[in-house]
Amino acid sequence: MTRMTMAKALSTGLRRVLEENPKSLLIGEDIGRLGGVYRVTEGLMADFGTSRVIDSPLAESGIIGTSIGMSLRGYKPIAEIQFDGFVFPGFNQITTQLAKMRARSEGRFGAPVVIRIPYGGGIGSIEHHSESPEALFAHTAGLRIITPSNPHDAYWMIQQAAACQDPVIFFEPKRRYWLKGEVDTENPAQDAFSAQVIREGTDATIVTYGPLVPVALAAAEAATEDGRSIEVVDLRSISPIDFDTITDSVRKTGRLIVTHEAPTFGGIGGEIAARVSERAFLSLEAPVIRVGGFHMPYPVAKVEDQYLPDIDKLLDAVDRSFEY
Amino acid sequence: MTSTAQAAAAPELIQLLTPDGELVTDSEYSPYLADVDADALRGFYRDMALTRRFDEEATALQRQGQLALWVPLRGQEAAQIGSGRATEARDYLFPTYREHGVALTRDVDFPQMLRVFRGISNGGWDPRENNFHMYTMVLAAQMPHAVGYAMGIQRDQADWDEERLAQEGTAVVAYFGDGASSEGDTHESMVFAASNQSPVVFFCQNNQWAISVPFEVQSRVPLAARAAGYGFPGIHVDGNDVLAVHAVTRWALEHARGGGGPVLIEAQTYRRSAHTTADDPTKYRTTDEEESWDLKDPLARLEKYLRAAELVDEDFFARLSADGDEMAARVRREAMDFPDPTLAQSFANVYAEAHPLVREELEFHRRYEAGFTDADPAATPGSGGPR
Repeated sequence: MTRMTMAKALSTGLRRVLEENPKSLLIGEDIGRLGGVYRVTEGLMADFGTSRVIDSPLAESGIIGTSIGMSLRGYKPIAEIQFDGFVFPGFNQITTQLAKMRARSEGRFGAPVVIRIPYGGGIGSIEHHSESPEALFAHTAGLRIITPSNPHDAYWMIQQAAACQDPVIFFEPKRRYWLKGEVDTENPAQDAFSAQVIREGTDATIVTYGPLVPVALAAAEAATEDGRSIEVVDLRSISPIDFDTITDSVRKTGRLIVTHEAPTFGGIGGEIAARVSERAFLSLEAPVIRVGGFHMPYPVAKVEDQYLPDIDKLLDAVDRSFEY
Repeated sequence: MTSTAQAAAAPELIQLLTPDGELVTDSEYSPYLADVDADALRGFYRDMALTRRFDEEATALQRQGQLALWVPLRGQEAAQIGSGRATEARDYLFPTYREHGVALTRDVDFPQMLRVFRGISNGGWDPRENNFHMYTMVLAAQMPHAVGYAMGIQRDQADWDEERLAQEGTAVVAYFGDGASSEGDTHESMVFAASNQSPVVFFCQNNQWAISVPFEVQSRVPLAARAAGYGFPGIHVDGNDVLAVHAVTRWALEHARGGGGPVLIEAQTYRRSAHTTADDPTKYRTTDEEESWDLKDPLARLEKYLRAAELVDEDFFARLSADGDEMAARVRREAMDFPDPTLAQSFANVYAEAHPLVREELEFHRRYEAGFTDADPAATPGSGGPR
């Protein structure tokens, strides 16, 4: 067991991928000499060379498009998009090309590229640096989307993404890059495409992922003061979603709150609410409550605290569920 | 009003065979035809004629309701055969969706290509068999793929010396058109290729029309002139001259293969037919223009030379015509005999690894479909959605 930040865990995980798979390579803006704007790839160019850690021209469609091409030649590119809001120039390549390659080739081959994207707000930044676009990708078949919430998962899930035969979008909760935790480099985390109950409870379930996992855990702890036992599920995988774990929890607790930073409308929470109503309608004591961003462009940093789900908003949602 | 804008100098248009069938000598490019003997010349003609015959048959099949759509290439045969025949089997080619002639040079079986247009497949053939990628419908999206593929080649060949690169090196050809030249992916692919000095030849068939929009809307300078801005050679070639296209493509591939980096070729040609079978060119271009290009037809031009040089006789054309008809009949027969796909196959190819949502929806789909064949007429098909 080693204690490290999530950024270091990701970096160490990427290092292991580069060591173990000679066909793997990293590509992105500023990931080489600088080591990435969040230093996730620090030192990797020095150790693995410019052929395997590529400082690319500043063009996201080119990064994704050439990654697809390298993949077709037998390489395993792990591309970095510098910030969530800058993925959109590459959106066409991701949705019309990357996601469909296996279907278009009738299963003969795919393009198992990994795309790392730091996402989410709470860092007081300027526009396009705090967004949560995961639902836009979850709607596209052919992609897998995962997001770790702690250093141990980060270390293992990036390696699991690199081993996957499908394209994976790997969302990194950027405000948790400096979150420290124990990383067990001997015992792998569970399957990257499954959810995990990270706090057991009996009265209500909070489902969340990525940056809001610590918030949900804190809310669950605070709820004990009101005598409420809250179960917390870390979704980990946004596509596919592990509905079995969610449904099992709801059957036990009877109440469900889903929270994410992304806007509520058209978000992952809506999909979870719909599925749970199909699978466990009679187990629900109250409607599923979603706590997410408002239907607006991500607000300016001075007011983002009022936009982002926090402990109080989650406790309010728990209250509403019990009052129903 | 004064204009300070200066049009970029157009590279000289390379032509080695005039529309009248006269050979032209070019000190740079003619040497690349040194081994193009009578057999090879007849081969070029045969390839172009068979491609045209295939195109006609596919157009007819569409008109008869057997294809959802067809993308005719009439007029572009020289650009496609000349370039395709310059590639080596080990090279990898990324076509747009109109490269039926290039496909012939890569031995892709013509009927397979109709699977895409008959609504059976979105891929059509196995690209790895012939190093000829699937068609890409999103304009220019294949361009960065081509560069990435070339970047992979560079890594495979990283420790090769110049001699080995020249003899055994692999190159990539990225096909695109005048319309796609405006796409951001075209620009980004050229930036990446120049940055990495990748072994890729960007081959543009400028057929003058992006559906209804004329070339001058896309660019005020010949596309070949843009190469200078990226820092690699740009070649402007008569795309209806199979010999010139062949020679410049060989030059470009040699340049790329040997480590010289990318090359842009702009082949001036003309789409004599419609953009697709759903298009009506009479709405946007004149008969005069069409007729002026008829006079520059690539097949007619090579035929004039072959006849004047007495490299062919009437029997050659008669046999070729019969072979074309036979091929067309086989294309028609095989296309009509393709088995229909099933939706279950579509489920199978979304992901490589097991996926719970796909499994669940496939089970629902099967249950639902089974409801229609149930012996019990009272049975309700598909009880409920996916669970």
